[in-house]
Amino acid sequence: MREGNGVSIAEKVLAGNRYALSRVLTFIENDAPEGREALKALFPYTGRAHLVGVTGAPGTGKSSLVNRLAYYYRHPPEGEPKRVAIVAVDPSSPFTGGAILGDRIRMRDLSGDRGVFIRSMASRGALGGLSRTTAGVVQALDAAGFDMIFIETVGAGQAEVDIARLAHTTLVVEAPGLGDDVQAIKAGILEIADVLVVNKADRPGANATVRALTEMLKLAHPSQETIMHHGRRMVLSSSVAQKHEGHLWIPPVVQTVAIDNQGIDNLAAAIARHRVYLEETGEWQIRDRVRLQSELENMLREALMRRWREGVTAEIYRQVMEDVFARRMAPADAVAILLNGVLA
Amino acid sequence: MTERRIRVLIAKPGLDGHDRGAKVVARALRDAGMEVIYTGLRQTPEMIAEAALQEDVDVVGLSILSGAHMALVPRVLELLRENGQEHVRIFVGGIIPDEDVPRLKAMGVYAVYGPGTLTDDIVRDIRKAVLGTIDQA
Repeated sequence: MREGNGVSIAEKVLAGNRYALSRVLTFIENDAPEGREALKALFPYTGRAHLVGVTGAPGTGKSSLVNRLAYYYRHPPEGEPKRVAIVAVDPSSPFTGGAILGDRIRMRDLSGDRGVFIRSMASRGALGGLSRTTAGVVQALDAAGFDMIFIETVGAGQAEVDIARLAHTTLVVEAPGLGDDVQAIKAGILEIADVLVVNKADRPGANATVRALTEMLKLAHPSQETIMHHGRRMVLSSSVAQKHEGHLWIPPVVQTVAIDNQGIDNLAAAIARHRVYLEETGEWQIRDRVRLQSELENMLREALMRRWREGVTAEIYRQVMEDVFARRMAPADAVAILLNGVLA
Repeated sequence: MTERRIRVLIAKPGLDGHDRGAKVVARALRDAGMEVIYTGLRQTPEMIAEAALQEDVDVVGLSILSGAHMALVPRVLELLRENGQEHVRIFVGGIIPDEDVPRLKAMGVYAVYGPGTLTDDIVRDIRKAVLGTIDQA
């Protein structure tokens, strides 16, 4: 069971073998040949799951929210329960490469349920809030038949926006007291939100946070609005509103208290509405294509790096680096030389 | 570009609520370059085996201070075997009477650590158990 080539293990994954799935995820994460083989075999079965990204600053309650959401989809008020997978990414140490992966601590409500699969990943040096192999891991879970896949990023600051390229629906989780209203108009993480969540909404300052986010959204999506500015009436309108012939998605602001299970039904409803929006506007397909394209480009980049490394001897590399260190050669010239693989 | 990392599950089965030791060990393993999945307090053997399966770990470290090790450890071992994870190495730490140590080892526990153990020794033992060598990361 431990060994086995990628194709046969992929067959076991498709047959519902959980340990085979777990092994495949490890192979993918380690960029092992079995992982690449398995992904090739699994690829035709991907593209069915709803991928939901969950990002936000550390300590806003992402893991607790994912725990409650997953539980909700496993015990829905109506309809069939959905199969749920969770990929939780935590940071690797930049110095030792080690990591503490602690997201499962908040997910104990889900244990014992075979319709749930939780996998922790270390970021392994990647900076965008995910790991380099998270997309592959998500593909394997998609092929394994999970209906909803939650991807929880590293506790992100302002620029860790890779998740928006991977997910269909991105939740950005905020908590009261984390910043003033200027934070809300900065570029970056808030721009990628499909749904904004104010968690810990029972804390003081929650209303101010909701207000700041709502104001930010009005500025970003002023479909047509009259405002008073220095005593003058001004009409704002935006071209954004015309996109998708009137189907405009304005990210809702949803308040939750994850530890008390409050607001989870509203959040699930917002996720469901976003899915309908994606499907009705064709955005679902667009995002799918964008994701596949960016995955392909990443693989291409790595393949080119591998091929290039094969053509450059360690000796040439060392010599060029020495010249750069001694400031005899500019980095741009070094690149030109290394690309050709020979010293001038 | 294969990148292999030792993955360790640190779990606290049973009812004692003291996880200082577990956290110290988790931190030491992290500093040794391992990926440590920490599950928190009051885990049942079923929860531990399930986490070991989903996380595909090489090592499970059980921290037990309650005295219930002779009931909890065999159950975890049995569940791991049922899941096809008989290759996973089990380490036990905590308050374990001397006379129980050989019995735990006979069941298949790789090593048992009491108070005062140097974390460097645990790191060395885990590397040896997983990689068969002590000098590789």
